[in-house]
Amino acid sequence: MSIQLKNISKHFGPLPALQNIDFSFPVSKTTVLIGPSGCGKSTLIRIITGLIKFDEGELLINDEILSSSNLYSVRRKLGYVIQDGGLFPHLTAKANVTLLAEYLDWDKIKIENRVEKLCELTKFPKDGLIRFPGELSGGQKQRVSLMRALMLDPEILLLDEPLGALDPLIRYELQTDLKEIFTNLKKTVILVTHDMSEASFFGDIIVLMKTGKIIQTGTVNDFIDSPKEPFVTKFITAQRSFINK
Amino acid sequence: MKKTFSILLILLTFISFYGTAQEKKAPIKVGSKKFTESVILGEIITQLGRLKDPDIIHLREIGGTRVVWNALLKGDIDIYPEYTGTIREEIFASKMLSENAMIDSLKKLHISMSKSLGFNDTYALGMKESLAEKLNIKTISDLRNHPNLKFGFSNEFMDRKDGWPGLQAAYNLPQKNVRGLDHDLAYRGLEDGSIDVVDLYSTDAEIRYYHLKVLKDNLHYFPDYKAVLLYKSSLKNANPLALKSILRLEGSISDSEMINMNAEAKIDKIPEQEIAANFIKQKFSLSTEYKKDTIWSRLFYNTKQHLFMVLISLFAAILLSIPLGITAHRNIKIGKIILSVVGIIQTIPSLALLVFMIPLLGIGSWPAIVALFLYSLLPIVRNTYSGLEDIPLNISESAEAIGLPPFARLRLVELPLASRSILSGIKTSAVINVGTATLGALIGAGGYGQPILTGIRLDDVSLILQGAIPAAVLALLVQWFFDLLELVIVPKGLRLK
Repeated sequence: MSIQLKNISKHFGPLPALQNIDFSFPVSKTTVLIGPSGCGKSTLIRIITGLIKFDEGELLINDEILSSSNLYSVRRKLGYVIQDGGLFPHLTAKANVTLLAEYLDWDKIKIENRVEKLCELTKFPKDGLIRFPGELSGGQKQRVSLMRALMLDPEILLLDEPLGALDPLIRYELQTDLKEIFTNLKKTVILVTHDMSEASFFGDIIVLMKTGKIIQTGTVNDFIDSPKEPFVTKFITAQRSFINK
Repeated sequence: MKKTFSILLILLTFISFYGTAQEKKAPIKVGSKKFTESVILGEIITQLGRLKDPDIIHLREIGGTRVVWNALLKGDIDIYPEYTGTIREEIFASKMLSENAMIDSLKKLHISMSKSLGFNDTYALGMKESLAEKLNIKTISDLRNHPNLKFGFSNEFMDRKDGWPGLQAAYNLPQKNVRGLDHDLAYRGLEDGSIDVVDLYSTDAEIRYYHLKVLKDNLHYFPDYKAVLLYKSSLKNANPLALKSILRLEGSISDSEMINMNAEAKIDKIPEQEIAANFIKQKFSLSTEYKKDTIWSRLFYNTKQHLFMVLISLFAAILLSIPLGITAHRNIKIGKIILSVVGIIQTIPSLALLVFMIPLLGIGSWPAIVALFLYSLLPIVRNTYSGLEDIPLNISESAEAIGLPPFARLRLVELPLASRSILSGIKTSAVINVGTATLGALIGAGGYGQPILTGIRLDDVSLILQGAIPAAVLALLVQWFFDLLELVIVPKGLRLK
């Protein structure tokens, strides 16, 4: 499933959030969107989910334009994970994961099997399924959120700073698990982060953004060896942990 | 949630069934105004009528002249005691009307008027004998020399043309400190000195009880207020025997007899039914039946009426308010209109709203229910709206992003998350409703307001408490009920400590 952005522009009031974004996300690869706060990376991911509308340009998902008639069917092919999970606090972990499947009247056995498989995949303890989000740790919440995103086996995974709110140890652990999942599932993954080491860890391709524009795309080495702007060097050297490694 | 809903529904159907079943028969309906004399007369009429029509009922203390008159016009009542002065000045607003012209005008409205019942209950001004003596006030004209006296007049006297405005002009009275308040409260004001001069009726029991000096109407300002009966002309054909029995009253009550009966009710605290029965026995040597009600039978009856008003109005308000709150949340522009309209409704004084309802819906439970319904809107609409607004963006967006359509989002995510707020809005409405429903008695809806109203009229604290205590207890019960309901309706995940 392909995602193509053609000359996408978006304004919030008079402020430009995205300017002429032109990009095709490579299928079955992990693309990382990175950039300083306010560069438009989250806006971009929210445009792809249809949560916000863009002003100009074209968004093609599987060569289809997103419209009200295909909005829900397209969304169900996208798994979406956000910073603190966005779990529904009134539902148990399991009910969070199965909400949409239940709504779509999936067979009970099919649901059980799928949940079991997802628990294994995301290394989420099965006895945690009956807990409410308020009773889960930050890392567990993200695993549940990932399970919810993967429940319908979507072709694309969108993750908006999924590890942003976690402490370093849990973050490290989850990074490793996520990478493994991405590699095994071979899904098209779009991940937003502001952390360069995370970007280099996950990204087959890194897209560096600034003030609503794409500055450079490529691998970390491309960024180091042939920066297109002084900003690229400035951005990657500002990430101390990455340079020191 | 579904279960509680259906229980409520069954309960309401039952109650409304019960309510309509009561109204199926069409007996003679006697009305009375919100003061003791009118209630006693209403009771006498009822007992005399009952000799020929066992189903006759008395709608006690429905309200002031306008309310009772309109009730007669609309057919909510068939007969009530009125005064010639009131008919002339207030109902037809014409000083020149002769008695025959009055009868003709009434006839056009299909209303008949009896001959005078015998006594004249005209307006008068009164003050404490001691104060009158000290200031040497004997006539209304004498008041001119004491501009600092505090006047406390019944609201009706304050407003009506032949009341204070006319009196002030006729006597050229200079007093500025003039307050409108309930007639019965005015007497209490006299006792504690916060009021010096009150309006009276010339047959008031209080004249003797409070040692009042009735000031002489030296300019003959106040017209005659002879007591008569107004009734639907159709009664002559529909129920001639009962009417004939009732019209025995013509010319049979003297001024002193009326003062006595008023004093028995207000001072000796004898129930009006008993006073009426005694009078009929003495006067006509007839024994009449009346139901002697106990505290418990009254409590049961009042509770039934009160719950009827509260439950129906609240239920209807819930049905409308939650969709309104959702609409307000979904659409900012419409939302602003919705919130300001229900907000404005809330600012209308409850008494005024009740009275506005009378021309539209007459008297009784339904206008009260509509008024209570309107008052219940704001807390529920606002809490539904704010409960939905308070859902964190990441959660509402997650619901959207996983591919739930709007209605499913509302049902599965947003409403459960807002449930606590919505429920507390309903709780607020219900508790306010229980309190406001006591005002329903003012327009003949009964309920816990009835003993309070009668208690104020008779200056009887125990009677007031018979309405006030159950109302307070009901409010507490309602509160507990909703606290329990919260455990059922609000999802467990939201109740984690």
